[in-house]
Amino acid sequence: MAARPASDGRLARAALLAVAMVFLGLFLLLPLISVFVEALKGGVGVYLDSVTQPDAIAAIKLTLLVAAIAVPVNVAFGLAAAWAVAKFDFPGKSILVTFIDLPFSVSPVVSGLIYVLLFGAQGWFGEWLAANDIQIIFAVPGIVLATIFVTFPFVARELIPLMTEQGRGDEEAAVSLGASGWQAFWHVTLPNIRWGLLYGVLLCNARAMGEFGAVSVVSGHIRGRTNTMPLHVEILYNEYNFAAAFAVASLLALLALLTLVLKSALEWRYGYHGKGGGH
Amino acid sequence: MTTGSLALAASPPSGARRRWFGERTALPGFGLTFGFTLTWLCLIVLIPLSAVFIRTAGLGWSEFVAVALSERALSAYKVSFGTAFAAALVNGLFGLLIAWVLVRHEFPGKRIVSALVDLPFALPTAVAGIALTALYAENGWLGQYLVPLGIHVAFTPLGIVVALIFIGLPFVVRSVEPVLADIGPEIEEAAQSLGASRLQTMRRVILPAILPAWLTGFAMALARGVGEYGSVIFIAGNMPFRSEIAPLLIITQLEQYDYAGATAIAAVMLVISFALLLVINLLQAWARSRSID
Repeated sequence: MAARPASDGRLARAALLAVAMVFLGLFLLLPLISVFVEALKGGVGVYLDSVTQPDAIAAIKLTLLVAAIAVPVNVAFGLAAAWAVAKFDFPGKSILVTFIDLPFSVSPVVSGLIYVLLFGAQGWFGEWLAANDIQIIFAVPGIVLATIFVTFPFVARELIPLMTEQGRGDEEAAVSLGASGWQAFWHVTLPNIRWGLLYGVLLCNARAMGEFGAVSVVSGHIRGRTNTMPLHVEILYNEYNFAAAFAVASLLALLALLTLVLKSALEWRYGYHGKGGGH
Repeated sequence: MTTGSLALAASPPSGARRRWFGERTALPGFGLTFGFTLTWLCLIVLIPLSAVFIRTAGLGWSEFVAVALSERALSAYKVSFGTAFAAALVNGLFGLLIAWVLVRHEFPGKRIVSALVDLPFALPTAVAGIALTALYAENGWLGQYLVPLGIHVAFTPLGIVVALIFIGLPFVVRSVEPVLADIGPEIEEAAQSLGASRLQTMRRVILPAILPAWLTGFAMALARGVGEYGSVIFIAGNMPFRSEIAPLLIITQLEQYDYAGATAIAAVMLVISFALLLVINLLQAWARSRSID
């Protein structure tokens, strides 16, 4: 990583750096700053009013609830998938890994639509659900399902390369010394993968709280009931209530900043670098 | 693998059980974790996705063509693909430049800049959408200078490109960065000490080495852009035949209770996504084979 400016001359260096910074400033930094400026345009009073309205509070609560379900579910799945894929050999492994990654390539809108096709009024299980008075679409379960789908690969794709790299020697040693599978997992595997797990959870949580397209399809936008924070931002914005829209948006932007700070802390402090690639 | 063979000797029965599945190991839990993984994958991902194709197959060919390949749908694919391609090109150029600066140059605040590159992964798309719209609207910070010049960004296809540049940038930077770091300045120095000019070194040494990773990043940015919804709809203006993206058309059909139309368009989008995923996987395999050489 030691960067030696071997090749670029001083002038070229300055020019490259300037172009890169202007591009990042225009396309990334400026939008981020504008969220906070627009949010505080009407003053602190308006800001606090906007984020403490009953509808806003309900949206914040729903967003926290959805993430509180989706993230642990994906952690459980990611741990199981990584254990099976990294510690054992079986045919079709690479196909399985590709399938786990599949939700990343699906448009968010399609990610929501698939559950409407299953559980919506005209869906495969629509009639049965209606007869039994169970509502999934335009209700919280649909939002949770769509969120689980779009965040499905985050933890698994972080852990699979990490645990494959670490091999199974440590766990085999533990088991040969009399540890049970669970003990080997808790006392050997988990300490080895904690930073990677935390990294995956961070990204999974950010996406779970911020997902818009998929949730928008299944939510029905019922204020106070099926509105998550991003959907609430949209409703306020479409009502030309810009100050309130940006106020709620600024909370999500703070979440994004917190995610980046924690992620960077993992990278700088513990030298952990993401294994999962983009997203 | 001495510990491995030791473990195997300690408990032959479980090792023997796994024999059909390749290399033996004494570790337990394969049945449980593999079974759970496969079941959950089928329930959450594979069965719901298959619903799109099964429902589309039920339409019949002529009806499928009528809805999925209607003029409005075709222009929506064109808008989605065209803007995603343009944004991926911009990101390919500037993403490479940013990766270069991050790997090869030292400057104050470098860590913060590097963290900032990941902002699009962390910032909810709807937030990015309204922020970009506010910036480029007629009275916005950037719009007030651009609109008098005749450059209309908000509520035009150009706005879609801007939103997709935001969304796609980290894919290119993060794909190219590790490969550039691997090459190191030594290789360039070697090329130059052998008499290569600056341009020759770039063209003959660096670009070929990073090409697979660069193309991977480009394809990932493109794939993400084609399906993107949240950041686009606020800034796009959403005019049919001009600035209406394919995902929005799906939503429009759903709101009119036209499930067949929405499903057929979704099937086309899924086929495009899977084709791009295949390309990305092939590119990654190519990149891996390069890095081993």
